[in-house]
Amino acid sequence: MNITGKKVLSQFGPFLGLIFVFVLFSILCPPAFTSVYNIKTILTQSVIVGIAAFGMTMIIISGGIDLSVGSQIALGTVVIATVLNMGNTGAEMGFMWPLLAALAAIAACGVCGFIIGRFISRFTIVPFIVTLGMMQIARGVAKWIAKEQTVTTPPNWLQDLMLLDPQPEWLFFGPGVWITLILFVLVTILLRYTVFGRYVFAIGSNEQTARLCGIPVKYYKTAIYTFSAFFTGIASIMQYSNLTVGDPTAANGMELDIIAAVVIGGGSLSGGEGSALGSIIGALIMAVLRNGCNMLGLPNYVQEIIIGVIIVGAVLVDRLKHRIKA
Amino acid sequence: MQQDTAAAGNWLLSLENMAKSFGPVKALRQVNLQVKAGEVHALVGENGAGKSTLMKVLSGAHKPDSGNMYLNGREYKPGSPAQGRLAGIAMIYQELMLAPHLTVEENILLGLEKTKLGFLQNQKQQVHEALAWLGQEDLQPNTPVNQLSIGKQQLVEIARALVTDARVVIMDEPTSSLTAADAQALFGVIRRLKDKGISVIYISHFLEEVFGVCDRYTVLRDGETVATGNLTDISTPGLIRHMIGRSVDELYPAIPHELSETVLQVDNLVTQPYHKTISFALRRGEILGISGLVGAGRSEIIRSIFGLEKVHQGQVKIKNKPELQAIYLNPNQALNADLDLLSENRKEEGLALNLSIATNLTLSALGKYAKNGLLNLKKEQAGAADWMQQLQVKSQSPLAPISSLSGGNQQKVCIARLLHHDSDILFLDEPTRGIDVGSKAEIYRLIQTLAGQGKAIVVVSSYLPELLGICDTLGVMYRGQLSNIKPVKAWTEDDIMHFATSGMETAS
Repeated sequence: MNITGKKVLSQFGPFLGLIFVFVLFSILCPPAFTSVYNIKTILTQSVIVGIAAFGMTMIIISGGIDLSVGSQIALGTVVIATVLNMGNTGAEMGFMWPLLAALAAIAACGVCGFIIGRFISRFTIVPFIVTLGMMQIARGVAKWIAKEQTVTTPPNWLQDLMLLDPQPEWLFFGPGVWITLILFVLVTILLRYTVFGRYVFAIGSNEQTARLCGIPVKYYKTAIYTFSAFFTGIASIMQYSNLTVGDPTAANGMELDIIAAVVIGGGSLSGGEGSALGSIIGALIMAVLRNGCNMLGLPNYVQEIIIGVIIVGAVLVDRLKHRIKA
Repeated sequence: MQQDTAAAGNWLLSLENMAKSFGPVKALRQVNLQVKAGEVHALVGENGAGKSTLMKVLSGAHKPDSGNMYLNGREYKPGSPAQGRLAGIAMIYQELMLAPHLTVEENILLGLEKTKLGFLQNQKQQVHEALAWLGQEDLQPNTPVNQLSIGKQQLVEIARALVTDARVVIMDEPTSSLTAADAQALFGVIRRLKDKGISVIYISHFLEEVFGVCDRYTVLRDGETVATGNLTDISTPGLIRHMIGRSVDELYPAIPHELSETVLQVDNLVTQPYHKTISFALRRGEILGISGLVGAGRSEIIRSIFGLEKVHQGQVKIKNKPELQAIYLNPNQALNADLDLLSENRKEEGLALNLSIATNLTLSALGKYAKNGLLNLKKEQAGAADWMQQLQVKSQSPLAPISSLSGGNQQKVCIARLLHHDSDILFLDEPTRGIDVGSKAEIYRLIQTLAGQGKAIVVVSSYLPELLGICDTLGVMYRGQLSNIKPVKAWTEDDIMHFATSGMETAS
């Protein structure tokens, strides 16, 4: 009956799950698991999926889905590498060229998102199909630009974003982790305290109601996919930072991890539900699992099975919660 | 055939002292229901009185906490809806339960297929007999169900009940989405079922139907049986008194309101699906009713003006606003131009069901609480709570999910959204559909009060008594064509039906 109590529980459900897996692996794994270094590793490993999941959260709350984010991330890394090579004079890269390269990656993903959004709203084709197409197109374009090879790049500051021990030392976590945190706060405010966020929920919960209430649904859908793609672009910068090359085959299948993070965090594929907090926790749960399983020396397939069980389990728990509410 | 036992008496179906709780909520306290063989038994009561719960218990979907049920003199204890069906209780739900892509025959036989070595056996005879019984020989068994009207689909469900040898058929609001003709056809079918000795439990909010088609009645209120008897021994007001526990002398209150200057002028509007030209004007303080059969294009007029449906041509003039070309209208513009619309489909269109009451209530006018795109949530909740209180929405908090409210209260939230947005011209599409008598009376009062405040209101309704009860002026539609708009007193029910069915004004 207590509504705030229930809200807290539904918000903290994924959080309890995170604590559970963390405690479980702290018991099973050698003490190195809980070392500061390893925790830094886990956080850094969840940066790419986490940032992309923020964008995906908005899309999923609006009742959509984007299967092309993995390909977009690959495209982003290739765009960064290409722009960097354009500015490569053999001397030190400096600050501006890498920044320009990063912005170009965000813009490239933004264009993908805009095209997706326009197609979905203009021609009313379901997001699954449009983004399935974009998944192939973006991957193809990435390979085209990169001439089907990895694109090597000169050293530059973008490569330091995902460092475990950053310079200056007082940063403690790599810049990527801090950027994730800032984006988390931004998306949370956006979803909870802005008109835009409210409309995202309304469109996802019932598009017809949104229309009835005078919300320009088509305009907003285009905006949602474009805006979310900016997050994919930022994720691609982090992916580049990890790889230090532009790789058109990178992030293959990562869209599923990203969608899984959102779903584990309470996002509903039928729309109207989800949160940035849930999604980042979903990303962390998967990162903890991967890290813990590696440390235990468990083979890859064990991780895959466990993550699969967790995805379905998280949704099951959510359904049960809804049934109790009803 | 009848076996007399002390407990069951002469009844085909007898429910005694049924009780059922959901957590702290007592849905059924003390319900008794006795049904004779071959009678049509009306089960009436307000929303939330426990009718649906009782029927779910009867069909086997819910287990009762206590109480006994007897069917044909034997104790009846269904463990599941399938067992209930097997025992001879068939339920026709409000939302039809057919597989849309399967054919009539496949749907009728679904779950009852006879097989030999895994191959389907020919059961056409059975299907044919059932359809013949219902007087539906012309219904082709190989038509996919989704090509049929809702009325025909319902008949398929009833045919299914016949094939399973049902003794009792439960119909929950069967006419709520039927056209008048289909409803008449259904009443014919009900009489046939009766002749066959099958009992029908008929749940409906439409009391004229109850009096037209039923033999006896049972009234539920707050989970208890409060009255039962022959319908010939009771009047409509008497039945309503039992349902709401008080008398509704003033179901249609007369709150004085004045008609003044024209605020909306619609010229040469051409809409889907009939492409007829429509013009009308609406004055401040006026309640204009639009009557007609389902499918006559009533909703389409107001939905087109509001920008929800395609318009081919037409001008819309709103007082103090520049003239608008109707072709370009969208709901956003309409809201800005002081129009607002209450949808007839509360669940599909009117409400975002997994969001809170407050969110639903403020959605069309979020600007009131926004500064540079940022929302003031506290102020928004206070604003929503204020409107909830004014319309007496029964809920613990504006943050509660809208799905936790009853139909009547949900409808009040929909109306509160219109009032919160504060447009001067309101289009109300079936404002009292599917809500209980008590809430209806409140909504009628509210509509009249709003007219008194100078709002101009169009009410579209299938329910003629309410239009005659609350409107100042009335127009009737026939296949996309709108009659002359005349004061309500200048219309008789006969004139209205005449126009609605023929498109001709009665020559007097």
